[in-house]
Amino acid sequence: MARAKRFELALVQLAPRKGDLEANFASIGAAFAVLAAEKEAFPNVVVFPEAMLSGYFVEGGVRDVSLSARDVLGRLQRLAKANAPKKTFDIVLGFYEIDEDDKLYNSALYATIGAETRVHHVHRKLFLPTYGVFDEERFVTRGRSVGVFDTANGRAAILICEDACHSLATTVAALRGAQIIYIPSASPGRGMEDFEPANVSLWRDIIRVAASEHGLFVAYAGLVGFEGGKGFTGGSRLVGPFGDLRVEAPFTGDAIVRASVDLEDVAVARAALPALGDLETNLPELVPALLAAEGETGARKGSPNGRAAKSAGKSRAAKGRTRR
Amino acid sequence: MSAAFTIVRARPLDDTPTIDPALVERWLTEFIRDELVRRRGIHHAVVGVSGGVDSAVVAYLCARALGPRNVVGVRMPYRTSSPQSLEHAALVIRETGIDERLVDISAAVDGYLAQEPDASSTRRGNVMARMRMIVLFDQSAKINGVPVGTGNKSERMFGYFTWHGDDSPPINPIGDLFKTQVWQLARHLGVPDAIIDKPATADLIRGQTDEEDLGITYLQADRILNRLLLGYTVEDIIAAGYSSAQVELVKRRVDATHWKRHLATTALISTTAINEFYLRPVDY
Repeated sequence: MARAKRFELALVQLAPRKGDLEANFASIGAAFAVLAAEKEAFPNVVVFPEAMLSGYFVEGGVRDVSLSARDVLGRLQRLAKANAPKKTFDIVLGFYEIDEDDKLYNSALYATIGAETRVHHVHRKLFLPTYGVFDEERFVTRGRSVGVFDTANGRAAILICEDACHSLATTVAALRGAQIIYIPSASPGRGMEDFEPANVSLWRDIIRVAASEHGLFVAYAGLVGFEGGKGFTGGSRLVGPFGDLRVEAPFTGDAIVRASVDLEDVAVARAALPALGDLETNLPELVPALLAAEGETGARKGSPNGRAAKSAGKSRAAKGRTRR
Repeated sequence: MSAAFTIVRARPLDDTPTIDPALVERWLTEFIRDELVRRRGIHHAVVGVSGGVDSAVVAYLCARALGPRNVVGVRMPYRTSSPQSLEHAALVIRETGIDERLVDISAAVDGYLAQEPDASSTRRGNVMARMRMIVLFDQSAKINGVPVGTGNKSERMFGYFTWHGDDSPPINPIGDLFKTQVWQLARHLGVPDAIIDKPATADLIRGQTDEEDLGITYLQADRILNRLLLGYTVEDIIAAGYSSAQVELVKRRVDATHWKRHLATTALISTTAINEFYLRPVDY
């Protein structure tokens, strides 16, 4: 696969219509049309939030609104053909998934649309919040792995919302070689004591720390709109590998964030702050344990897992190679 | 020789619930627009304006969210209601520029109570509150609008409202704000001081005030409620410096009124019982 060093990114935040797959596919098509009409080139990667096709709080309605990744891909392909003809681009999209065994997941896919249409990866949410306002585990099954996959736009991982709140999940993605982590999210706004909802500030902090600790890009796309009184905060943002906030959308309202990603920044950041290499070297007991799980869960062969696992516990020279 | 240390002290924790009122105004106007216009395709709101601070805040929020011409403020006095309440309600309507409707509920309430001459003041108050609910829903149906609720979190936690009366509107922008937070928001929105500063009253019985009825000030109640809702035990809260009598009063009121914060208790018979097995969110 030819891999671009630089690519253009669009993060789309919008309010879906609850339970209305057709209306929400139409909104995705409308976003494609807006991007196609822009003077700038059509983005290489377009990212949508968690549960984009149905809204987040669907409770026992999950089965009504779930689709297979293949069906989603087919719909996206037709939407792209109608609204962004002759474009080839990648898409990250959160949706409720039904697998071939009729199990239900809160998932996000990474797919290429256009010349070589295919699904590269489906991430199934690992950390299903089931406390307070959340009740996910009652309705969907947990995912089991953090997969890292090659794309034409770098080596990527997807974490969905709370997955990324656990620093070990971003660490595993980084150790497996991710250069960019995509986070489709649905975060209900709460904590109104300051100039912005507390969860917006917290998410910004989480993402900046993850990006700077591991020297990678983090792209976050947040759902917006109210669902039964719970308003989601968008704040869709791109953070660079120095933890630098490149761009951020308002926390309310439909928006499209556009930004350029230069994967060379990853190499520059990791040379300046070799924290990821240090981690591989200095926690020789922890790193292989973190990475061993991938084999158990049948993750893709040829992932950077093996390489990183072998490097764990080696000398500083090994770290140097990882850095470069 | 003494070293010159700078001593930096953490501020003592303040239990008073606070908000950033500008943020909350933005959030709640988005909420009103989203619930009415985007979700329901409805552009009109109906607010029962009592002359108190809660309904004043809701009227201001609705006027800003939807435009004042799309909001109807309904004054619903009973013959024993305080004239000051009626004047303050008129002031809110004037200041916000919302449309006005005056519905005297005396005849409707007295028509029923004539058959129940021995009804207690509590029963009479409940009949008034439920009559106002009937008016609000009917006025909403008349203009294809939605009644917007005005109950705050403190009174909801205390159960200090008429079940299926004040709590009945399908949306409520201030139901997660303690009374002290409603006061903060009211000042930010420009609600007249006379309305914010007067003693809060349900005005169902002549001369009553909320704080006398409840036996505690809202400021103190909100501090205790805040701690309770965060998960601190009664013992923790007393240890933090609150009087055991006040903490126990708050806890007792909260514990005695959980039922008022729910719909009817339904006997479960099947594996498809609504809201037990058959689960769909309100906006599905």
